[in-house]
Amino acid sequence: MKGIAPKLAVAVLGATFTFGAISAKAAAPEYGGNLNIVVGSKIPSYDGHIESTFGMIHPIRPFYSLLIRENPDNPASPTDFVCDLCVGSVPQGTEGGTKFTFKIRTGVKFHDGTPLTSADIKASFDKVVNPPKGIASNRKAYFKMVESITTPDAETLVFKLKHPSGTFIPAVAMPFNFIYSKKDLDTHGYTWHQKNINGTGAFSFVEHVQGSHVKGQKNPSYHHKGRPYLDSYTALAAPKMSVRLQAIRGGRADIEFRGFPPKARDDLVKALGDKIKVQESDWNCVLLASPNHEVKPFDNPKVRRALTLAIDRKSGSKYLSNIAIVKTPGGIVFPQHPMATPMSELKANIAGYSDDVAASRAQAKKLLKEAGQEGLKFTFLNRGVDQPYKIVGTWLLGQWKKAGMKVDQVVKPTTPFYASLRKKGDFDVSVDFNCQSIVNPIADVSKFLPSAGNNYANFEDAKLESMYDELLKAGTPAEQTPLLRAYEKRVLNDLSSQMITLWWYKINPHRSYVKGWKIAPSHYLNQSLDNIWIDAAEKKRQGVN
Amino acid sequence: MATSELPNEEFVLPKQKTIWDTLLRMLRRQPLGSAGALVILIMAFAGLFAEQIAPFDPEMENFEYMLSPPGTVHEEAGKVFYFGTDSFGRDQLSRMIYGARTALLVGFTASFCGAFLGLVLGVASAYFGGTVDLVLQRVCDVFMAFPLIIMALAIVSIFGTGVEMVIIAITIPFIPNCARVVRSGALALKELPYIDAARSVGYSHVRIIMRHMVPNVMAPFLIMLTAFVGQAILTEASLSYLGMGVQEPTAAWGLMLQGGAEEYAESAPWVPIWPGVAITLAVFGFNLFGDAVRDVLDPKLRSQV
Repeated sequence: MKGIAPKLAVAVLGATFTFGAISAKAAAPEYGGNLNIVVGSKIPSYDGHIESTFGMIHPIRPFYSLLIRENPDNPASPTDFVCDLCVGSVPQGTEGGTKFTFKIRTGVKFHDGTPLTSADIKASFDKVVNPPKGIASNRKAYFKMVESITTPDAETLVFKLKHPSGTFIPAVAMPFNFIYSKKDLDTHGYTWHQKNINGTGAFSFVEHVQGSHVKGQKNPSYHHKGRPYLDSYTALAAPKMSVRLQAIRGGRADIEFRGFPPKARDDLVKALGDKIKVQESDWNCVLLASPNHEVKPFDNPKVRRALTLAIDRKSGSKYLSNIAIVKTPGGIVFPQHPMATPMSELKANIAGYSDDVAASRAQAKKLLKEAGQEGLKFTFLNRGVDQPYKIVGTWLLGQWKKAGMKVDQVVKPTTPFYASLRKKGDFDVSVDFNCQSIVNPIADVSKFLPSAGNNYANFEDAKLESMYDELLKAGTPAEQTPLLRAYEKRVLNDLSSQMITLWWYKINPHRSYVKGWKIAPSHYLNQSLDNIWIDAAEKKRQGVN
Repeated sequence: MATSELPNEEFVLPKQKTIWDTLLRMLRRQPLGSAGALVILIMAFAGLFAEQIAPFDPEMENFEYMLSPPGTVHEEAGKVFYFGTDSFGRDQLSRMIYGARTALLVGFTASFCGAFLGLVLGVASAYFGGTVDLVLQRVCDVFMAFPLIIMALAIVSIFGTGVEMVIIAITIPFIPNCARVVRSGALALKELPYIDAARSVGYSHVRIIMRHMVPNVMAPFLIMLTAFVGQAILTEASLSYLGMGVQEPTAAWGLMLQGGAEEYAESAPWVPIWPGVAITLAVFGFNLFGDAVRDVLDPKLRSQV
């Protein structure tokens, strides 16, 4: 017996190493193949600098590179950024955090053969940060701290900031900051990229058939050596969710990057078993309810606080996560970010987060009575999109009803919905949302500022503005975190100016032969497709051509 | 002077028909129409007495029972979800019953308003003729160029959603449809001597239209009316299904279908099936009843019967 134990141990170890080696071999990326993506939205234009829809990002982003990006091997981390067109690691700020020097890769070429230099990156960021008059830039506001962009040489790019800012690096990493060729901008003008594509991305443009597909082919001179693994990709337009779902189920498509509702995931898994892999993540999108402070009685903080007190976020998370793309309760900062307020603190300090829902609702009724608004009646404006707006909206109506309120719902298609929010202001309380790409807490919470262009609650509060100014100038997370907490308490508790419902939850079921892609906390992120490969044997096993 | 008298023993008054006789006669002669009428009666009963017969509040969310199959018992209330529950745990049966109220409210209001306005416009158009007729008919042409659902969608897109807007959106396309049919009947009436006679004694236009012409075009009007109710219910359901009609949490069949058709057709088929069945039956019922009304009121078809 004595001799058996060591032999067994050796055998087990040997087997472990053997199988480990086999599985490691099996996991080695393979080259070739075409990836079929289904995209549920239209492409308004190809210009990332002016667009903000995944309908553009998913089919077009693979044609372009960024200066820095989220780490494609660790996209779940909201703080892990890596160089794309720069070399080395993402630079730390010098001169008190006001100067960022990027060393630019050499040997990178645009798809038309033009070599990339720091001048191209400067020209691209100039278009984003300081666009000429009449040229739109959707992300100009994120770069208010930038004083100058200079290129001491062809391989160096320097951003000089007016003051240290924790929002700068995440802003640079935003996936919309496509790097264009200076030659194209100079020759064709600043609107050329709306209808034309010339990037340095992993794939080069082949064709775009309106309403059908966008096709890209492998860029053989891509600057990340050995990538991309795919020969090509096809982004198929499929506005209806049922079509996208059936496309994956039937093998017509391999993956969809925005996300499916839980029931669709369950149906796919039930139908396809191990042919489907599901990746899930908290999503940097949150649904809010915004009372219109210009409409009585929502000018009264007691009434607004009653609204938030009536919401049972805990049970909402438990049940709605079965039927909608929402899940995690939280404050104003993405719950998985280190600077987010822990739930224990939210429960202790913010109205509406207590586990004692009965007490919260009793308090809501008391506040309404004090405000002379017992049995408050109002209309809730919602957006005509099922996931998650209409589902969460219907749930909210039930929550308010449980606190004695009588609420009707008006649902408007997207365009009139925005007209009501932005121009007409003809609503009592509206659904609202804060969806961002890169998790950039300090920039993201600007949504709650009275002066923010996308704050639809229509109120003023000088204290909140000054708190945010202070936050902007805080250089380190240690300085930023307490300021952020105070800002959050002011928004959600003291003013109850807007109320958080639940954070979105991203569910990406895809064919299990699609390898290498990792889910990120936003549907805008990790979309370069340069790390995706197709397991041909598995694809064949699944009978997909 | 001799007088003739009917012999008493031969003068037998016919037996007075009871309502049951009438119903039986209708059942024999119009079995499909009777089936339609029965469906309408059941709908009307459900709609009118929804509070009394619905086992649950149709808007009450019971998330603990979300997507429960038919027959699940609500333990606290001790009641059964006979038709199962939807994704919010709301009782499907109660929402079906209250949905009948929404369907009838929209169906009857839109069809009555549309048909009545069409009746008045159609008769007036025929009666006045000339420029009035020309203008009204061209306006009708414009409206009739759009299919009902497209016109209704356009109206709710402009003016918004909700029960009232849905009623308006469905009413408007009905007006020219009814006006056109009624006008053709009224054109023939206008040439009859009794209309000339009415004119010659100085009756007002309103009196001639309302008292002498309108009653004589009631047959096509009633047929249109019954056909409109079914169409209105179907259009309301279509609008709600498209998210442009009645809004949550109001119970409406199209809305129930919209909330379940895509996602739950496989895993929880009771979510889309019940409202689908209700819409089908309601439209079928009104169409059958409308056909029966036409058979009864149309002299040509009546003689064939």
